[in-house]
Amino acid sequence: MNSAVIDMSTYGPVLDDVDRRILLATQAGLPLVSRPYHAVAEMVGIPSAELMLRLRRLLADGVIRRLAAVPNHYKLGYRANGMTVWDVDDEQISRLGQQVGQLPFVSHCYRRPRHLPIWRFNLFAMVHGHDRDDVQEQIQTIQRCLGEACRDHDVLYSTRILKKTGLRMQPQANQKES
Amino acid sequence: MDSLDRAIINRLQDGLPVCEYPYLAVARELDTDEVTLLDRLEHLLDSGMLSRFGPMIHAEVMGGGLTLAALEVPEERFELVNDIVNAMPEVAHNYQRNHRLNMWFVIATERPEQVQDVINRIESETGLVVYNFPKEDEFYLNLRFSV
Repeated sequence: MNSAVIDMSTYGPVLDDVDRRILLATQAGLPLVSRPYHAVAEMVGIPSAELMLRLRRLLADGVIRRLAAVPNHYKLGYRANGMTVWDVDDEQISRLGQQVGQLPFVSHCYRRPRHLPIWRFNLFAMVHGHDRDDVQEQIQTIQRCLGEACRDHDVLYSTRILKKTGLRMQPQANQKES
Repeated sequence: MDSLDRAIINRLQDGLPVCEYPYLAVARELDTDEVTLLDRLEHLLDSGMLSRFGPMIHAEVMGGGLTLAALEVPEERFELVNDIVNAMPEVAHNYQRNHRLNMWFVIATERPEQVQDVINRIESETGLVVYNFPKEDEFYLNLRFSV
């Protein structure tokens, strides 16, 4: 997946009003009908050929990563979802973060700021297992990878999904004056 | 869930093609027919196996703002604070976690400066401190799960 940083200053205005209407019409879900893009085109009020062209462009530009199914990993048997967090030497975090990110059970791996004294961790790696024993093994693997550069770690399990709507655009942005 | 459901989940995480009959195209790949695929997909969504099916928007490419934030919510006020946080349309995901910082959520906005507005609103409506954890470096991101 391409998640490279794109310099927005050279990127220009990414979405025009029609693009915006397309995203608004689809973000809650693509229609489950034989010709979903025709249905969306009708909602947006443009020809279906134009709609498909715009979708292809939004995909090529990376504004839309994919038109895809988003699984609920709890319901799919990944019951232990741990946000593992690590206090890693600032000098070594770039190199070590890359290594942790390559581990197969890690789905996201980011450097984030500390908030002392309540929060001393600067490396976040999301891991997923069928149970907490799986996750404990994964934690040991990460620990071996980080070695002496890691001073402390913790794991925060999600105990409840409170909201999972994904990234949404606001309808009112559609009406703002240009 | 049978093997066709699993194949559908795995295949549709990679994305629906943009063409006139995209479900038909995917159905053929999976050796099934369009009506079956649409029925199964509807069932997977209704039963919550899939949390949604649609465009996955890349906030940063769109020029938007994105951050991870956390709250230390007193247990007796948890549901109330949850309602306040979830009522914000900019909150994309929210999880309860077993830590002193017990509520963790993602804020996604159309413009970067709006992230701070949302944080301010949450702070003023809840009276709690929002701990902001913006991404400083991305080492890996893979949102696919094989089943």
